[in-house]
This record gives sequence, C-alpha cells and structure tokens, in this order.
Amino acid sequence: MNASLLIVQTLNGVQLGMMLFLMSAGLTLVFGIMNLINLAHGSLYMLGAYFAATFQKMTGSFLLGVALALPAVVLVGILIEVAVLRRLYDHDHLDQVLATFAMILFFNELVSILWGPQAYFMALPEGLGGTVELLPGIRYPAYRLAILAAGGVVALGLWYFIMRTRVGMLIRAGAANREMVGALGVNIRLLFTLVFGLGAGLAGFAGMMAGPILSVEIGMGESILILTLVVIIIGGIGSVRGAFVAAILIGITDTVGRVMLPPALASMSIYILMAAVLFWRPQGLFPAAT
Amino acid sequence: MADALLSVKGATKWFGALAATDGVDLDLYPGEIHALIGPNGAGKTTLIHQITGELTPDEGTVRFRGRDITRLPVHRRAMLGLARTYQVTNIFEGFSVIENVSLAVQARSGHSFRFWRRAATIRELYEPAMAVLALVGLADWSDRPAASLSHGDQRKVAIAMALAMNPEVLLLDEPLAGMGPRSARDLIDVLNGLRENHALLLVEHDMDAVFSLADRISVLVYGRIIASGRPEAIREDSAVMEAYLGEGEEAVGALETVPAKGTTCSV
Amino acid sequence: MKGDFRFGKRHGAFLFTALLLAAIPFMGEPFYVRLASRILIYGLCALSLDLILGYGGMVSLGHAAFLGVGAYTTGILFHNGVQSVWIVWPAAVGMSGAAALVIGAISLRTAGVYFIMITLAFAQMIFYFCAGLEAYGGDDGMAMWSRNTFGGGLDLDSPVRLYYIILGALVVAFYLSRRLVDSRFGRVIRGIRENEGRMRSIGYPTFQYKLVCFVISGAAAGFAGVLLANLNGYISPALIHWTRSGEILVMVILGGMGTLIGPILGAACLLLAEEILSGFTQHWMIFLGPLLILVVLFGRGGLVGLATRGRYRG
Repeated sequence: MNASLLIVQTLNGVQLGMMLFLMSAGLTLVFGIMNLINLAHGSLYMLGAYFAATFQKMTGSFLLGVALALPAVVLVGILIEVAVLRRLYDHDHLDQVLATFAMILFFNELVSILWGPQAYFMALPEGLGGTVELLPGIRYPAYRLAILAAGGVVALGLWYFIMRTRVGMLIRAGAANREMVGALGVNIRLLFTLVFGLGAGLAGFAGMMAGPILSVEIGMGESILILTLVVIIIGGIGSVRGAFVAAILIGITDTVGRVMLPPALASMSIYILMAAVLFWRPQGLFPAAT
Repeated sequence: MADALLSVKGATKWFGALAATDGVDLDLYPGEIHALIGPNGAGKTTLIHQITGELTPDEGTVRFRGRDITRLPVHRRAMLGLARTYQVTNIFEGFSVIENVSLAVQARSGHSFRFWRRAATIRELYEPAMAVLALVGLADWSDRPAASLSHGDQRKVAIAMALAMNPEVLLLDEPLAGMGPRSARDLIDVLNGLRENHALLLVEHDMDAVFSLADRISVLVYGRIIASGRPEAIREDSAVMEAYLGEGEEAVGALETVPAKGTTCSV
Repeated sequence: MKGDFRFGKRHGAFLFTALLLAAIPFMGEPFYVRLASRILIYGLCALSLDLILGYGGMVSLGHAAFLGVGAYTTGILFHNGVQSVWIVWPAAVGMSGAAALVIGAISLRTAGVYFIMITLAFAQMIFYFCAGLEAYGGDDGMAMWSRNTFGGGLDLDSPVRLYYIILGALVVAFYLSRRLVDSRFGRVIRGIRENEGRMRSIGYPTFQYKLVCFVISGAAAGFAGVLLANLNGYISPALIHWTRSGEILVMVILGGMGTLIGPILGAACLLLAEEILSGFTQHWMIFLGPLLILVVLFGRGGLVGLATRGRYRG
C-alpha cells in the first residue's frame, strides 16, 4: 500500500473518529449519569440528518439548515427524555434496551411516513465541493476537512464545557458517582434533561455532518449506533476522555482495516478489538466510576 | 490448645487511603464462639469478607485448617466448610423457604449438572433441609415464599442456609439485628447449641448476647484489634472502655447495663 | 386435591394447544401452514433465549447469532452436497453450541451493561463474518433449493411434513426445558439470577453453570436456525442482523419472561401482529413501537403475567 493512500485513509479514520466522538460523548454521559442505555441515540443522528437536509432545501443554505436543525434535534431529545426515558431511569437495563429499541422502530417508521422510504440526498455546502491539495499529489475533499475542523472545534468546546465550567464539573461528578450529585442538592431532573439535550444535539450534529457524504436514509442511525456503543464500552462508560480515545482508535481501525485486511476480517476487526479490550479490562480503558 | 481452625494473620485491606482492616490477627478454635465487637465502621464486615473471599486482603493471610486460602475463590472456601450470614438479609426471596435451604444442601451434595430429575422431589435434598428448618423453628413455614416471612424469620432462613452447608466454621454478621426479643432469645439458644460441632465467629452489637454466648471476645476499632480475651477480661479492659465506649466510669456502667447497640460512640 | 387438579388442567391445556396446532394443516391453506411454521420456529428460538434471560438473568442482545450459525451451517453443508438430517442437524447444533461456548466464555466474564454490549458485538462479528463468505453469497446470502432428508425417500420437501417436524421439535424442546428448569441445574440457574453473590457464598461456581446454560441456549437457537433455513430455503446475513436479536428479545418480554409458554406466545403475537397490521398499513411499526414502550413501562410479566396477575407462581 502506498503512503498517500495510507495518509488519506488515516484522515478518513480520524474523521470517522470525530463523528463517533460526537455520538459517544453524549451517550457515555447519559450512560454514566443516568445509568441508562439509550439505543435510540442513533435515531437522533438520523433525525439530525433529515432535519438539516430539509431545512437546507427550504433555505437553500447548508449553514442555515444546520442552524435550524440543531435546536430541532435538541427539542426532540428533550421531548423523548421527558415523555419516556425519565420513566426508565429506575428500570433495569433490559427494560431500557427494549423501550429504546421500540423507539428506534417508531422513529424509523415515522421518518418513512414523513420523508418516504427512499434515501434523501443532501447537497455539499456551498464552496466546499472541491478538493484541497494537502501534500504534493495528495488531494483530499474540502468538505471532509471541514468535518474534521468542525468535529475538532466541537470536541474542544465540549472539553472546555466539561472540564472548566461548573455545570461541566457537576456532570463529571455525576458520571463518576451519581449519589454524590444528589447529595450536593443539585436539581437532578434538570441536570438529566440538560445532559440529554446536549447529547441529542451532538448526535444530531454528527448526523448533519455525515448527511452530505453518506446518504440520508432510514436505518442510518443504527450502524453508527453500534459503533458508538463499541466506543463507549472500550472507552469506559461515563468517561468523555475514554470516549475520545476510543472513538479515534475505532475510527482509524475501521477505516484503515478496510484497506489493509480482507473485507470480512476488516468488518469484524473493531468487534474483535472490543472483545479483546473487555477480556483484559472488563471496565474499559478509562473506567470513570470508582 | 488445639490448632486453630481458622487463622487470620495481618489482614490489611485498603479502601483508597483508608485501611478498613489494619493488620488484623484473629484465630478461631474448634468448638468456640468467638465474638467480634466494635463500633460501626470498625471493619468487622470487611474482615468477614476477607475470610470468605468476597474481598482479597492487600496484605496478610487467611488459613483454614492450616491451609492458605487467601486467594481461593468464594465458592471453593464455602465448599471447604466456611459458611456465613450477612448483615442485611440475603436470601432468595423468589424461592420458597424450603427451596432456599435445599439449595444450600444441594451445593454440598456433588455438582449440579443434573438436568432431569425434578429438584423438588429429591429426598436427599429435602430431608436435611427440613431438619435444619426444624432446628431454627421454621419447619411449619417451609412451603411459604421466603419473601412473605417476617424480617426476623427471614434472618433465620439465612442462618438455616448457612447451617445446611454443614460448615465447620460459621461467620455470623449481626444475626440478631432487627429481631424481636423473643426471636432473639430463641436464636441465642440455637447458637448456643451449635458450639459442639461448629466454630462460630459472631459479629454482634447486642452485648447481652455477646457476653452470654462468647468464649472469647475480640474488639476491633478503626481496623485494629485493640483487645482480645475472655469476656471477663474484656469487661475490665481499660483500652476497650476508652476506645469502644468513650469515657471511663460511664463506660463501666454502660458495659454492665449492656447497651442494646454499641453504636453510640464515635471515638 | 387442588394441586392435582391444577396439574391436570395444565396438562390438558398443553394437550389441547398441541392438538389445535396439529390441526392447522387440515385447514388446507398453505399460507397458514407457512405462517404457523415460522411462528413455531421463532417460538423455539425465543424459548431458548428465555432459558438464559428469564431463568438465568443473562441479558443477551446477540441471540440471533446462534440462529444464524445454525442456518449457515445448514446452508453451507447443502452447498457441499450434504443434506442428510443425521449429519446436518447435529453439525449445526454442534456449531452453534461451540459458538456459544466461545462467546459465553468471554462474555460471561463481564456483567450488566458490558454483557449486553459484548453479546451484541459478538453477534455483529458473526454477522460480518457471514456477510463476508463470498463463496456462499456474501451480503446476498444463498438459496437452498431442496430441504434436508431423513434418507430412505423421506424428505422435508412437503411443507406439511416440515410443519409437523417443527411442531414436534417445539413440543420436545418445551418438555426438555420444563425438566431443565425444574431440575437441580435449573434451580441453580434461577438462584444465580436472583442473587449470584449468595450462590457463590453457598458454594456454587456460578460461572460454570451460567456458561453451560448459555451453551444449551445457543445450541437450541442453532436448531431453530436449521429449521428456519429449511423453511425459507434461503439463508442470508439478515438473519443475524442485530434488530433480529432485538425482536427475539421483544418476543420473550412480550409473552412473559421466566415462563416457558411466554416466549412462544410472544413470538405468535409479534408475528401475527406483523401479518395482520401490515395488511392495513405498511407503517405498522408506528403502532408497535409505542405499544412496546407501554408494555415495558406498565406490563410487567408480559401476556402470561397479565393472565396470572395476582396469583403466586412457584
């Protein structure tokens, strides 16, 4: 394999890693703080893509589309939390798996009714249709670079929010030790809703970014959901740092694996990685809870 | 004296920077009831966990009949003859009383990879279980769902389960907690009758029970054994007075009038 | 005697249901025979999941993997000229049991959420492995244009004959499960679900018991896969898709986990609902989703729980 292909694939891997990080940051916090398995996280990703595609068509602008779609996804996320998930915090994991699995069925069908069963196309944002020459002879799509940048910015922003603000500190404390936050006298309900809204926004944003390069279709949330679950398990439930490391790891393993390994083995590689990590570290790489 | 049945040497367990038990030595001889007392949080339950294998000590050893069992898994120790009860009632609430106890009988009657015969019809499981239930006075309740029993009776089920394992050593973690005076008296009689065939390590806050049952008492405070000896000696030990019960003269009175729960002081 | 009476009633109901099911082919509608066959096969698969889920307390989100291994073994042997029941069935059951042994030995080291996720991950691995079998159709899967044979001219090509085999298999599996659940092994498994720590402290090596239960369950699901391959005449990775594992889980919960009849009822309900509702609207899932959420939130015990509410079941 030549070097330029390796560089391009590594970039693709990092870019997939960014997507996975956006997905997993919210999910791992929800997992860690509310002890909730939310399989419907992928539906928010899908909805983000559909909303952005629709608003883009209406306004004719990608940026406007994203700007309108973002609050819409957050709103849906909050609605889900208030209507259903809030009732599931006290239930066992089995109930949570079932209820959120049912939500996937519901949202897939809803999208099929509202947008039709066929895939939806989302145009590349204005001015980012071309490629950029990174090194002599190595060209890379401008939009993918933009995703890398946007993902990086959001990741940094999230890092600042989680590590440097008071709310972020509460969230971190909650992910490591739920009871403690309750003991601090924080309005837990509000914190939960906030975290869930944040997670929904991040998942939706990932969907919006992915829209122009993947097809916007029913079920698009499921494949990334499973990758996301793998990421948070490898990273350690509740750990944002673990999610970041694992997301990049999985992104690169998956992408580079596809070039270097036979196809079947490549698709299996991340699951083998996960099984291996859990075999040696049953709590993931960065266990958040003490 | 004969060799100790159970011997703990230097058991140390760290929780973060806190030593829950700090170099604890403890021996248990055949036929004796050895009481372990101390204020809440002194490390009594942590010590029992290390003896049964639910926790592994960071330092020190646990020996059973001379054999080092420090790293043996929980179920292997149970099979060697170590049975315990828990501070909180810990039985199978979805099972009937007799099922709870037969499960313990079944554990010591060979492996359970037996898929055909109905467990409920097996005499070798049923009869020993009934015998133990009769001993703790629950024979008439054997078919009741365990969850429907009163708190005190559930604790008796837990003790029956431990007895059904036919252990040499019984570790009882506050067996009397939450029991009415009548049940407590009955249970004390039962425990008294066990010393012939068992060695008992008894963690208990009810000083009446401790001083009437124990052949030997060890006092655990902040993870260390501060005194160990015959009940009369412990009653007069000044270190115990001070550490366990606070001020001198008051404490003597307290030990004599015997507080129901030794949880009053936090030294 | 009240106990004897109930015992008799239960047997009567069982016999009645079996006879009713046996009468389905006499309706003379091939469509119903096929639908009933499908329901019974998924009933068997859900039953096998319930052994680990409802009785053993192991929440596996990867049960379709074993269905898939059974079906793929059948298909691959077919494409290599092996159709004899006497070879294919033990091989398929053995393969899925072996898969369950490996997956279980690793997964059962973890617990809780991690167990759910690692079983899902293993199922995905098998999904991609099967999708990568280019010689056997890759993503598209493979056709199996004639069914397994018993030899001596006795084959399964008649849908009615296949149906009776499936019904017989389910009845046998049901009976064996009953024995298993009531046996000493079953008691240990139920004890582990209730309180694994306590089981260890009374002397049970719980990991071994869970693993054996997991293998039995996987092998039984593999057998359901054999039957499904024979029924459909078609084997594709879609069988192993993770949503399939989700559906099997839904069947168990819908019918009532921790009971033997529940999973079969659940399979019947889900597949019948699909059949009936999809006749009215192609968007029937829009009703199923919220319905399931309601079942989870309010319908503890599923259909069986609904029927026996308030009565103590020993």
